[in-house]
Amino acid sequence: MAKLILSMDGLVLKEITLTKERTTIGRKPHNDIQIDNLAVSGEHAVIVTILNDSFLEDLGSTNGTLVNGQPIKKHFLQNNDVVELGKYKLKYVNEQPARAAPADFEKTMVLRPGQLPRPDAAKTGVGASGGHPAPMAPPAVAPTAPSAAASQPVSLSQPLGAPAAAPAPLPVSESQAMRSVSTSQAVPTGATRLASVQVLSGANAGKEMDLTKPLTTLGKPGVQVAVITKRPQGYFITHVEGASFPVVNGKALDAQAHPLNDHDIVELAGVKMEFFFKS
Amino acid sequence: MNLSQALEIASCTDPGIVRSHNEDSIAADAARGLVVLADGMGGYNAGEVASGIATTVITTELQRLLEENPAHDHDPATGRSRAEALLREQIAKANTSIFQAAQSQPQYAGMGTTLVSALFHDNKVTVAHIGDSRLYRLRGEDFAQVTRDHSLLQEQIDSGMITPEQAKFSQNKNLVTRALGIDATVEPELHEYETQVGDIYLLCSDGLNDMVSDEDMGMTLQTLAANLQLASQQLVQMANDNGGRDNVSVILVRIAGDYAVPRGLLARFLGWLR
Repeated sequence: MAKLILSMDGLVLKEITLTKERTTIGRKPHNDIQIDNLAVSGEHAVIVTILNDSFLEDLGSTNGTLVNGQPIKKHFLQNNDVVELGKYKLKYVNEQPARAAPADFEKTMVLRPGQLPRPDAAKTGVGASGGHPAPMAPPAVAPTAPSAAASQPVSLSQPLGAPAAAPAPLPVSESQAMRSVSTSQAVPTGATRLASVQVLSGANAGKEMDLTKPLTTLGKPGVQVAVITKRPQGYFITHVEGASFPVVNGKALDAQAHPLNDHDIVELAGVKMEFFFKS
Repeated sequence: MNLSQALEIASCTDPGIVRSHNEDSIAADAARGLVVLADGMGGYNAGEVASGIATTVITTELQRLLEENPAHDHDPATGRSRAEALLREQIAKANTSIFQAAQSQPQYAGMGTTLVSALFHDNKVTVAHIGDSRLYRLRGEDFAQVTRDHSLLQEQIDSGMITPEQAKFSQNKNLVTRALGIDATVEPELHEYETQVGDIYLLCSDGLNDMVSDEDMGMTLQTLAANLQLASQQLVQMANDNGGRDNVSVILVRIAGDYAVPRGLLARFLGWLR
């Protein structure tokens, strides 16, 4: 469990364990961590903790919040980070076996001529991709999670066990899952059930087309074309070209992508077709 | 000469899934045939400052200079078209601006940016790049990478240390060997290519090509060629669906028509009338 050590002028005042999802810091008494000093704003900052990860956010304080000497608005706390509010220091301690690499290790860096890549950078890289224990999100499982995809778009954070309301950006669990995706360069469409489109009217009536590719176009080029995209969340239909927009279940679409559900009827360039799941 | 009839441009930029802010910067001017994409780096917001300076300096300066110096003019000094000299000068200027800002303001120390820029003129395109932002071209069925990254990985591939297949799994993807604004001078790589009507040029930051395979990029362009804006959004969406670990930026340029400089007497007269 992560904790904060509050100190001033090198004198330890308090130790706080981060148990709550939101830990507020400020001068006013209702804060979880009250620091009664005029340099600290009434509601100065908040720490949001999701599983093992904590995020510090400055709440528009007058004098700002520093992490390791840098002013921050939002910050993903790393073990041994020192948060400064005025004269007060809060040390973030979160010791875990096989802690994930710092979130930004893969940021682009410049390599000057004659300079070898920093050995520690290389090491963190290998460590992150190698046998990572993945405490909360087995990466291999995430992309194949049995998403009932098309009928109910699932947000990426759900199969990882994070609360659905969690802020979208960056719990480390997500980036871990992603690392495995990117190394294989696999399009994670494997997660989506196989679906098909069957033509119901016109010359090609009865014809069936499996939607195996990430993108499948329908219609007549130059007249009216729509595309069905296969995404981890399911299948979506989008207008590509032509004066009129595709019609789904009797309703014309706008320029936005529209999710397709089992047995939806699509009308395009005067041809009716049915979208359905095969398995 | 106004190229907005001959060039169709669409672009899309997105912070991605993991990062909270966008350090990429893009600019496009269809009338002058200029597109610029920069992927900034450096701590605490400095990356977007660097990429912002790069795109702003290059576009505003070139917009001004192109009024008086048509890009297709022959440059007696180099024996090549003026576009190359113009781009080279403006890149040097942007480099100085970023370098000086980084030197004078401690919060910007060490910032820099990659760059890929294309200037279209007289049925040709002059491409300048620094770092690992790329330009690809779709011509007919053929989708190919035009620029070669200035990165450790590319150097390893070139020297035969690793194969392109192994490179996909490399952990050194993030190390570039050249960047704008890191040193007092920079050496951009410039090349000129003939264009054909129907070509689609794709400029992107590494947030796209790290997350989406070249085959998928090419297929998306072919499938959605009819709607360039949708294609650019689709590419960004694919990068995000695959993880979106970095900022993603895409600029697409389609050669919709011929834009050769009128050369005959009559053509020049008609051009003058226009």
